[in-house]
Formats: sequence, structure tokens, C-alpha cells
Amino acid sequence: MPAPVLLQADSITKSYAGVRALRGVSVDLRAGEVHALVGENGAGKSTLIKIMTGAVAPDAGTIEVAGQRVAHMDPHAARALGIAAIYQQPALFPHLTVAENIALTFESARVWRRIDWASRRRRARDLLASAGASIDPDRDVETLSMPEQQIVEIARAMGADARIVIMDEPTAALTDREVERLFGAIARLRERGAGVVYISHRLEEVFASADRVTVLRDGESLGTWPTASLDRARLIRLMVGRDLSTVFPKRDVAMGDVVLEVRGLSHRPSGVHDVTFGVRRGEILGLGGLVGSGRTELAEVLFGLRPADGGGIRVNGSDVRIASPADAIAHGIGYVPEDRRHHGVVLEMSIVANASLASLPAVARAGMIDHRAERSSASRYVSDLRIKAESVDAPVGSLSGGNQQKVALARWLATRPAVLILDEPTQGVDVGSKAEIHALMGSLAARGLAIVMISSDMPELLGMSDRIAVMRAGTIRSIVPRAEATQDLLLELALG
Amino acid sequence: MADRRTGSLLAALAAVCALLAIAAPGFFSRENLIDVLLGNVPVLIVALGATLVLLTGEIDISVGSVFAICGVVAGVTALAGAPMAITIVATCAAGALLGALNGALVAYAALPSIVVTLATMVALRDGLRWATQGAWVQDLPDSFQWFGLSQSSYPIVACGIAALLQAALAYGLRHVAAGRAVYATGSDPDAARLAGFDVAGVKAAVFTIAGALTGLAAIVNDVRFNQVPSNAGIGLEMKVIAAVVVGGTAIRGGRGTMTGTLLGVALLAIVGPALVFLGVSAYWERAIQGAIILAAVALDAWRLRRRQPGLSRAAVQPS
Repeated sequence: MPAPVLLQADSITKSYAGVRALRGVSVDLRAGEVHALVGENGAGKSTLIKIMTGAVAPDAGTIEVAGQRVAHMDPHAARALGIAAIYQQPALFPHLTVAENIALTFESARVWRRIDWASRRRRARDLLASAGASIDPDRDVETLSMPEQQIVEIARAMGADARIVIMDEPTAALTDREVERLFGAIARLRERGAGVVYISHRLEEVFASADRVTVLRDGESLGTWPTASLDRARLIRLMVGRDLSTVFPKRDVAMGDVVLEVRGLSHRPSGVHDVTFGVRRGEILGLGGLVGSGRTELAEVLFGLRPADGGGIRVNGSDVRIASPADAIAHGIGYVPEDRRHHGVVLEMSIVANASLASLPAVARAGMIDHRAERSSASRYVSDLRIKAESVDAPVGSLSGGNQQKVALARWLATRPAVLILDEPTQGVDVGSKAEIHALMGSLAARGLAIVMISSDMPELLGMSDRIAVMRAGTIRSIVPRAEATQDLLLELALG
Repeated sequence: MADRRTGSLLAALAAVCALLAIAAPGFFSRENLIDVLLGNVPVLIVALGATLVLLTGEIDISVGSVFAICGVVAGVTALAGAPMAITIVATCAAGALLGALNGALVAYAALPSIVVTLATMVALRDGLRWATQGAWVQDLPDSFQWFGLSQSSYPIVACGIAALLQAALAYGLRHVAAGRAVYATGSDPDAARLAGFDVAGVKAAVFTIAGALTGLAAIVNDVRFNQVPSNAGIGLEMKVIAAVVVGGTAIRGGRGTMTGTLLGVALLAIVGPALVFLGVSAYWERAIQGAIILAAVALDAWRLRRRQPGLSRAAVQPS
């Protein structure tokens, strides 16, 4: 007889601003099992667990806990139902002690109750022991290491008598030894009859710990399998596999000299190390890899936001030192960051001011801004890039996502760069703008620009790149020419 | 960026003036107008600097103490027999130095400006009290008072200095590339950094300029008398920040104009004397100024809320 079902999510559908994140996904969790959720970046895993923990409400679909339908799931209800979530970044109060953090979940919330410190400590010590760790309950949480904090979270989940424990990439920041300790704690959870929903990019962990696997792709569930019935290759094939028709493919253009050359580049504090590659005029180099593999960090090293502490950068054949964004701009490197809304454009400023922000010397004479030159330059980009706006004086905050992205692009084109680094250039952009941005990238490359494109979008990576560099754990593991690249190969390289 | 705030301020100014014209035409006598004007020229000069600081998203509440120290520096320099030009330069330099100290702590030590300038406000004030033992600088040479000019030409010079600064800074913010850096720093420091601006340098610079302007304001103020008090400028920071905020500069930075600041200073300047002329107790002055500030800030918050819907919605992002 199979173990009782603890949680049943049925036909869950969720859209964000018209973009379907989940479509009719069903998944169930049984007592005493570890159930892995796998899928590529953006497959919908995070949205699904947010719905399970009540952080986000589904548009359609139902959730049953222990056979009872939950009418309204919010974080408070989830806790009352015995659902606990543990994230990659532990969500503890850093300035409180371990005992206080654990006590918060099971002590009554009455404000004027008396606190029995001795029993608090005893309880915390017992729970930590049953999670497999001996941590002093009087230590402040901020003094604990990341894995110790995760153990505290597990102890807290046990203290709350959680029957359903959801873990989102808990091992992303852990070493192998620490992962083993975490697995020990997970084993203890299942001995107590709890069910664990486990999300991880590391497939070996999935095979080592999960009883069943559910595969998500583009917001849909492909099904659930017992782990024993799958092998690694099959699982990877399930995770990828979609057609490439949505991409505007890059034209082949004659490539020129190497513009940007990087040898053994490192920035130890962010984990980027020994990165070596080169990009030619007219080339688009795709930068693939999983979220957290160090792609954005590498871009920030190249742009001087995190000055390199090892290795060298050559631009157009001469060694350069890039210690700040101003250095990078002076050497012809432009960077359109991923988080466009926060770092790419200044939302309060007009299109004109945003477009000229990185190239003010070009539209200024002796420090005085030539407003006419500035406007005509902006107008040219508005028509070149087909930015849709009422006027060039409209604040960028009033534009759509795709058009904001184009303004960010215009700013860098105005600096006449030799190399442009684009971090997730079409993330959160509608399909029409996406095709336009792809076409634009193609024509920029044809005009001799070298482009480094970070992308988590497989079709984009395969369709737009001349070569694809795959990053894992802070360094480039392999560079694959387009002709040889397949989704399976790239995912294989990214997973390691 | 002549926004709606300019319009509302002009309307409010016009309303107060109209009220005065009907109820107390004596307000518009030549002597009274010059009095109000001269009393507020220093406030305006300090407020211009404070606008720069607020535009970058920082705040400087030490201006009152800096103002007092600069005044004493001016007095001591003049007493030592320095020519007026040297006295002016020394006073501005003292202000710039103290501003640079604030700026360095905020920009390079990354300390919150409200804490830094609260500390310097208290420390500088008490340091001055200790150094002077509360004594005023007295028996200043004739060349000090009225800048060595006649009493009748002084108002023209003082107003001329303020007007020139006002125009130069308003022009600079709009037409000089460095002005764009100030707005970008306040709107979105990360985006400014990505666009290649030296955000820390911008912050250090605005504090230094604000300090120099405070020094200039101190000497413009102090030449009206032949002695310099060692306890000047108490509460100046409130007057100045109130005027800047009423003038439409966002307390979080990135938005505001020098014209707005001019109008803000003007509005708060006539409210107090207007009360006296209208026969209302002067004790109401601060309460009414407070109400004006609250109204200005509330108006800002309301407009901002209308423009960007709730945080709760923005926080839920697809992943």
C-alpha cells in the first residue's frame, strides 16, 4: 500500500502579466518520500513552490493537504498546515540567537507571555540534535555558516512539526561534505514521516536522494517518474526539447580581428576564476550556464564593477586595466545588465537623458551639454531601434519592458563600443520585441560589433550565438561552435 | 523640468501677497521688504547647496554649525587685518573643508548622511563653543561691515550674489554634464555607476560645494554688523531643508530644481512676517511652516503613489 498523500496540487495555472508561468500542473507528495522537481531556468519550479507555500496565489487549480481542500492558501495558513520552506538563502533573523529563531515557530504569538529561556534552549538543543547537528543555541545566527543556518531551518521545521518540507536549491552554496550532512537531516525528516519537495539543478543529488521526479518544462508538467526508472540522459532529454522557431537566427557575417581577449581572469570573492576566451568583430559569443554559475559576475568583472584580481584583459590587442565602469567605457566596453528596471535605465529620466547618460562628452562642448545634439542623437536611436514612445522627452518609466530594454541598448550604442555585453537581453520582453532585439543584435554584429550575450533561454542561445561558452562553478568549462551545439550537450555541460 | 510644483508655489505666493496687499499694505513698504530680503538671502544661498545634496539622495543637517564656525572664521580673519577678499576666500574655504569632511564620511566611508551630519552638527557646535568660550568676535574693522561699501549699496550686492548663484546653479544643473551626474546619482545610484559616473565623487563634491556656499552665506550675513556672534545659525538646517522640500526637491533625491528652491525660500520667508502684519501671534509661525512642509511632502507622496502602484504587486515577479 502506498504511503498516504500529504499534499496534492491539482491543475495549477498561473500567469504573470500575461506570461504563462504554469499551465495545468499537478503534483502530489507522499509521506516519507523525497520528491524532486526538475526543469531548466524558468520552467516554473519556483512559481510552483511559491504557490505551495502560499506566497503566490494560483489563477486556477486546487491544493489539498491531507485530503482536505485548502480554500485560501497564504503563508500563515501554510504554516498552520505543517508546510515549511527552506530556501537557498536561509530566511532567519540574523541578530537573534539560534534558540530564539527556532522558538518563533512553535511558541504562542501572545505578546505578553512569559519567556522560559531554559526550556527554549533545551528544546532548541533537542531539535538540533534530531536534525543531526550540535550547534550552541545561544549563538547569534549571523555567526553561523550557511549550512549551519540551513540545519537551523530544518530544526525549526521539525519544531513546527512540519509534515511537508519544501527545499529550493538548498545545496547551491554547499560543499560536498556539507551536502552529506544536509542529506542526513533530510533522512531524519523522512523517518518522521514528513514529505520533502526537493528542487536542485544537481542531477546527481536528485538520483541520490529522490524517490520520484517531476519534470517541468515551459510551465507544464511532463509527468512524474520513480527515480529508479530514469537515467541521467533520459532526464536531460525530458528537461530540454522544444523547437527553435521563436528565434530570429543570426546571419553569418565575416568575422574580423579579436576585439576582446581574456586570459585566466579571476575575481575570487565572487567565485569567478580562470576564465579564458576571445570575441571577434562581428561575432556573438553566447554565455550559457545555470543561474548562479557566475555569468553575471563575469560580466561585472569585465565591466569593472568587480575589478579582477587575477588574469588579464586585452582590447584590440593591447592590455588594459579595468578598475571601474568608467575604465570599461573608455576602452569601448558596454554592458546592458540583467536587472534593467533597477540598473539599466533611470526610470525618472527622459529617453533623451537616458540615451546620452554614458556618452555625455560626445554631446557636450567644454562640459556644456549641447541639447540639440543630444536630442538628435536620441531621436536617431529612437527611429533606428524603433523605440515606441510618445516623444523623446517621455520618462523611460512610462515605456514597455521591450522599449526600456531598447533605451538601455541605445545608451551603449551611443558610446560607440567595440564590445557589447548583454545580460539576458530579452528576459521579460514580449515576443514581438524579442524578435526585434534579436534582429538588432544581428545587424549590430554585421556592422562589426563584438557581442557577448548571457542567456538562460536555450533557443536564444542556440539561435543567436556563433559560439557558446558554457559556465559552471565560476569558470568557462567549454566553448562549443554553433554547428555542434545541441540543447542536450549544453545542459550536460552546464550540469557537470 | 518646470513642473506643476512651480505653478502651485507661484499660486501660493500670489495668494499670500494678495492677502497682505488687502489686509496689511504696510508689508510692502520699502524698509520691510529689504528687511525680509536681507534676512533670507543667506538662507537662500545655503538652500542652493542643500538642494544639490538632497538631489543626490543625501542630507546635511550640520549647516547651522558650519554657518556659525564660518562666521567666526570671517570675523577672526578680518580682525587679523586681512583684506576683505582674503576674508571671503578664507570663509568659503573653511566651509568647503567642513563640507568635504561630511562628504568624505558619507561618500567614502559609506556612512548614512543623517548620522554623519548629526554628529558633525553637535561636535562642531560644541567645539566652537569651547574654542570661543561663547565670546563674540568684536571691534571688527570698518572694512568688514557692508563689505566696506555703503549701507545702501549692500542690499544690491547681497541680492546680486544670491541671484548670480541661483542662476548659475540652475543653469549648471540643466546644461552642464556634471548636473546630469547629480540627478542620475540621486535617481538610481546603481544605474549611475553603470553609466560610468563616479557616484562617491559626486556625493563628496556636492557636500563640499554645500559647505562652501554655507561659508559664503555666513559672510554675507555677518557683514551686516560689526561683530560676529559665536552662536549663529541655530535651527538654520530646519529652515533650509524645509524650503528645499517645499520647493519640490524629492527627499529621496533625483528630482528637484533650483527654481523650486528659490520659490520655497520665498514662500517660507513671507509667511512669518505676514503673520505679524496680519496681527496673528508670531508663535504660530513655526506651526504654519510645519503645516506647509507636511502639505508639500504629502503632495509628493500622493503623486508618487498614483504613478507607481503598490509595492506588494511589484514584489511578485515571475521566476
